[in-house]
Amino acid sequence: METDWIWGLVGGLMIGAAAAWHLLFNGRIMGASGIIGGLVDRTGWATWGERVAFIAGLALVPLLLRPVYNVPVVTNITGNLGAIVVAGLLVGIGTRLANGCTSGHGVCGISRFSLRGMGATIFYLLSGGLAVIVFRHLLEVI
Amino acid sequence: MLRILSTFISGGVFGAGLLVSGMTDTRKVQGWLDIFGDWDPTLAFVLGGAILPMAIAWNIASRRARSVLGDAMPGKPGTEIDRNLVVGSLMFGAGWGLVGLCPGPAIASISWGGIGGAVFLLAMLAGMMMAPAFRARITTMATALS
Repeated sequence: METDWIWGLVGGLMIGAAAAWHLLFNGRIMGASGIIGGLVDRTGWATWGERVAFIAGLALVPLLLRPVYNVPVVTNITGNLGAIVVAGLLVGIGTRLANGCTSGHGVCGISRFSLRGMGATIFYLLSGGLAVIVFRHLLEVI
Repeated sequence: MLRILSTFISGGVFGAGLLVSGMTDTRKVQGWLDIFGDWDPTLAFVLGGAILPMAIAWNIASRRARSVLGDAMPGKPGTEIDRNLVVGSLMFGAGWGLVGLCPGPAIASISWGGIGGAVFLLAMLAGMMMAPAFRARITTMATALS
């Protein structure tokens, strides 16, 4: 749709506002993979309450908004369960190895000209673009 | 308690932003990565929109010793583009392109339901559990090669 970019911009500003809040109120970098990953591998158990609260907000607030923001949510997630499992494993291992994902390295890193954040973003964009070329155009599985 | 409430708010606004931006739609994410196909620019606006307030926040943070709730501000970012950063980001990007979900939307997908999102989230958590062993393994391999 032609208006998609406006909603993208508005939603993006909200995501940035969330990251700004997290930094200015809690003194922390809002990185989704780090917040949940620290619970999984126990490295972040000292701050488990905050991590669970963040995840709860992220998972539940869109649901609570249903009565006022009731647009049908289209996910278009592939029906190929094998691809989903492989992709999930890659995202899980990869983000923990790189110590960040789109929110931590992308949004929070680029906005302070972090070399590691910008470097990570270049590498995951490159392989993401390559994955789409290979799996969509060459193999036609997604 | 205030910290818990504060992180709930940042998580919640993040989730609401994902919903409004349309990044719930994995095809829009893949459409942005698909530069040789029918390119969809939406994600660029999302990323640009998110970077703007965060750049202002970093500027404010640089002039403050502590956060509003009294925590130390994050230190200077590292500058080393090391092996783990490169290998990890390449793996992450491949998974992101394959299905169109990254960790934030994967967690938020609990809210929009669907079996695919749930399976992805479980696989991602399993991957995060495997990550320390994987990190040790590539370090061993790299040492053996050098």
